[in-house]
Amino acid sequence: MADLLLHLALLLVVPPLLLGVIQKTKAWFAGRRGAPLLQPYFDLWKLLRKGAVYSRTTTWLFRAGPIVSLATALCAGLVLPLAAASSPLGFSGDVILFVGLLGLGRFFTMAAALDTGSSFEGMGASREAAFSAFAEPALLLCLAILCIPARSLSLGDALGALSSAPPGFSHPAYLAAALGLFAVLLAENSRIPVDDPTTHLELTMIHEGMVLDHGGPDLAFVLSGSAVKLFVVGALLVRVVLPPPAQSGLAGVGLLLVGQLGLAVGVGCVESMMARLRLPRVPQFLVGASVLAGIGLAALLYRGAP
Amino acid sequence: MVGTILFAIALLGLSALAAALLTRFDRASLTIGTTGSVIACVTGASGALASLVRRGSSALRGTWSLPLGEPHVAMDALSAFFLLCIFVVSGLAAVYASGYLPTYIGRRRLGPAVALFNLLVAAMAGLVIARDGILFLMNWEVMSFASFFLVTFENDREDVRRAGMSYLVASQFGVVFLFILFVLLGRSSGTYDFDRFAATGGLANACFLLAVVGFGSKAGFWPLHFWLPEAHPAAPSHVSALMSGVMIKLGIYGLLRTLTFLGPPAVWWSTVLLLLGAISGLAGIVHALAQRDLKRRLAYSSVENIGLIALGIGLGLLGQSRGNALVSFFGYSGALLHVLNHGLMKGLLFQGAGSVIHATGTRSLESLGGLYRKMPTTALSFLVGSVAISGLPPLNGFAGEWLIYVGAFHGAERLPTAGAVPALVALPVLALIGGLAAACFVATFGTVFLGLPRTEGVPRAHEAGLAMRSTMGIGSLLCVAIGLWPAGALRLVVPAVALVSEVPALASDATTPLFAISRAAFVLGLLVALLALLRRALLRGREVTQGVTWGCGYAAPDSRMQYTASSFVQPLLAPFAPITHVRVDEEGPSGYFPRDARYHEEIGDVGERFLVPGTRRVVHLLSQLRVIQQGRVQLYVVYIVATLVALLVFELMGAGK
Repeated sequence: MADLLLHLALLLVVPPLLLGVIQKTKAWFAGRRGAPLLQPYFDLWKLLRKGAVYSRTTTWLFRAGPIVSLATALCAGLVLPLAAASSPLGFSGDVILFVGLLGLGRFFTMAAALDTGSSFEGMGASREAAFSAFAEPALLLCLAILCIPARSLSLGDALGALSSAPPGFSHPAYLAAALGLFAVLLAENSRIPVDDPTTHLELTMIHEGMVLDHGGPDLAFVLSGSAVKLFVVGALLVRVVLPPPAQSGLAGVGLLLVGQLGLAVGVGCVESMMARLRLPRVPQFLVGASVLAGIGLAALLYRGAP
Repeated sequence: MVGTILFAIALLGLSALAAALLTRFDRASLTIGTTGSVIACVTGASGALASLVRRGSSALRGTWSLPLGEPHVAMDALSAFFLLCIFVVSGLAAVYASGYLPTYIGRRRLGPAVALFNLLVAAMAGLVIARDGILFLMNWEVMSFASFFLVTFENDREDVRRAGMSYLVASQFGVVFLFILFVLLGRSSGTYDFDRFAATGGLANACFLLAVVGFGSKAGFWPLHFWLPEAHPAAPSHVSALMSGVMIKLGIYGLLRTLTFLGPPAVWWSTVLLLLGAISGLAGIVHALAQRDLKRRLAYSSVENIGLIALGIGLGLLGQSRGNALVSFFGYSGALLHVLNHGLMKGLLFQGAGSVIHATGTRSLESLGGLYRKMPTTALSFLVGSVAISGLPPLNGFAGEWLIYVGAFHGAERLPTAGAVPALVALPVLALIGGLAAACFVATFGTVFLGLPRTEGVPRAHEAGLAMRSTMGIGSLLCVAIGLWPAGALRLVVPAVALVSEVPALASDATTPLFAISRAAFVLGLLVALLALLRRALLRGREVTQGVTWGCGYAAPDSRMQYTASSFVQPLLAPFAPITHVRVDEEGPSGYFPRDARYHEEIGDVGERFLVPGTRRVVHLLSQLRVIQQGRVQLYVVYIVATLVALLVFELMGAGK
């Protein structure tokens, strides 16, 4: 019970902080002081107190999009073990459910975007569909790298098998998995070099383009949904890079939070130092991540599991 | 028991006869045909279900004076499972037809269409219970011809006639291989009775290849699928639902049935099916994305789903040939569950497409849009079908694909390297197919039902009638039910899997996680409900206004500015350009005062590109034979005499030995 409450607390409280850290890092790179670290919380609070404007074109799907995207991100967070060894909804085969839940959230976000009939949001949905289709194989291959040595299909067992190894990388396959997961994290969370979350110009509009028409509590759900998604995919990556020792309790939570904050700083650095890729290059970036993970898998098969 | 199924078949046959005799009275023949098929389908489905739950099997042998053995019918778990799929999807399609067909009254006689529909269902059911080669092939041919005439229902249209011919040629091409298959099996075992069919070694290999080509051409394996995107869209929508939903699955049934004759599989068999599955799945969904015709898109997606089923069977064979029961169990059960799931969701989607075409008179994705407000029930069930076919939780498509994924994961984990590699390759292929399918169906649903109407006719659209709405409602409910309770659906699959792969039932390995999926679906539903309540509570008493969609400051937005189906899929298709074979006919704006510009794009099919020239060459070769056909009676008499003399000489020489 305590584990479950801790899990929920982490999932509900921490995610917006990561956005704040990323923004702060980018501000530091640009030589600005930047918004306060807690600005995303203030934004959410402001949005939750607003009314809403809906386009006459829209149906209930437009209103359902933000709700489903937040709910699926939370549910994916419940499938993934965060600080403890197991997760509230984990089972043998939950890796596939994890991928499926992220897909469901995306499906409804895209449907909500198409519901407005706006060409900008259609454009965003189209690009999101294309890039996520290429990101999905990479994510699955990275998960396979984690599952195969553990001989288990549950994220809990797969991540638990890592903790017996010393922190860091006991096998080149894990390095490939970590790099692949980092690429997927950038793509899934609409970060540079795939997407630019700070603008919604036509040239960059992907995720931000899709949610142009949302406002008020709906936009708050969209923002927190993407924050939770960043946190969840980030937690997966952090647990690969910094596996917590078994039975670590609160130390595991600390390790996770340190890892997540480090990851957020890393994402901020990538965003400050790189330009966004040209759109036709993005599939190549993601296929590259798949190939990397595939090489990791080959290493796993031919060199033997760690 | 098998008697129930025979009763259902007899009822279907009698109602077909009655409908055919009452051709002059459209309404009467439709009523009789629908009543007959609904009663037959309900009886048959409950018979099959009872047999699956009780895990019984029953057989019946008859006598007839034909050579080549006695008629033999039986229902084991594999038959019962496919019968369940056939009767559920056909029953729904029959009710749908009673609302859909009356639009043709005055333009076309309904009697033949109703009679042929019932005949098709009867032949499919007969095919599945047939236990001897002759009966099997007879039902196979009745099925092919009945569906051919149904495809050419609107035979005044040139494209429909062409589609029908291509379908006829494909099905007769496939059946040649089946004849050879059954003759080979029959000769080696001395009978055409399935119970005594057995083959090993080289004969088994030959039989496997013949079955893959013969049954694969019916199922629609790439590149034998070329008829499918022509024929399925040409047929009336309830027939498309039946053909895509269950008829092509009978190719899968035939393949599985043949595997039961062949003993332990060779390792390369699994490679063949995994390859075919991966190619069919990827090529199917990429071509589906490229289509602009709603029904063609759905037809190509059937090729994709057949690919998924083939991947499942391939994993099953992989596990079997490498002696891992877990892999083969998950592979086969995933394939079979997907057979049922795809029947339900493709039936649903084709019925939804039929309602849209019925209401708007167009099937071009580029002209539709904004239909949600006009036809909410159709739209909602199309949404259910779209989420399901994208393999997303918590609907039935996810449950089936989950089993196939788990089979691939287990294969990668537990098999030696040579066996793990194909299973590993299946993983990203499955993921890519899933991602592309989600993109394809969100685009389809979005361009048809969301946004604003793109052409004039669409605003006058109306919701479908009660019969059509209720079948789509039942279909959606079944999709949701299997998705929320996959462990229940697995119980129907397990007995059939046990027949094919001869593994001890490892169902508990699958049922516990499937219950966990149900639990996760429940939690997801709870979260959605909580958030919806939160949103409602937050917005209570606040200002909620309606406005126009934000157009980035542009003052005169127009429905034609919406993103279209083609523009949606452009970034997805760009990396696949080498396999889609797009022909572009373009005349861009030019000069200082550009006037007209033109852009026309046609999507070819790589299969077509190789098949058409190949077929031409064969036809050219065969036309050389016309030399002996001079059309003069005297010449034919000479041929007859020459043949008789040759036979006489042959016989005399034989007698002399």
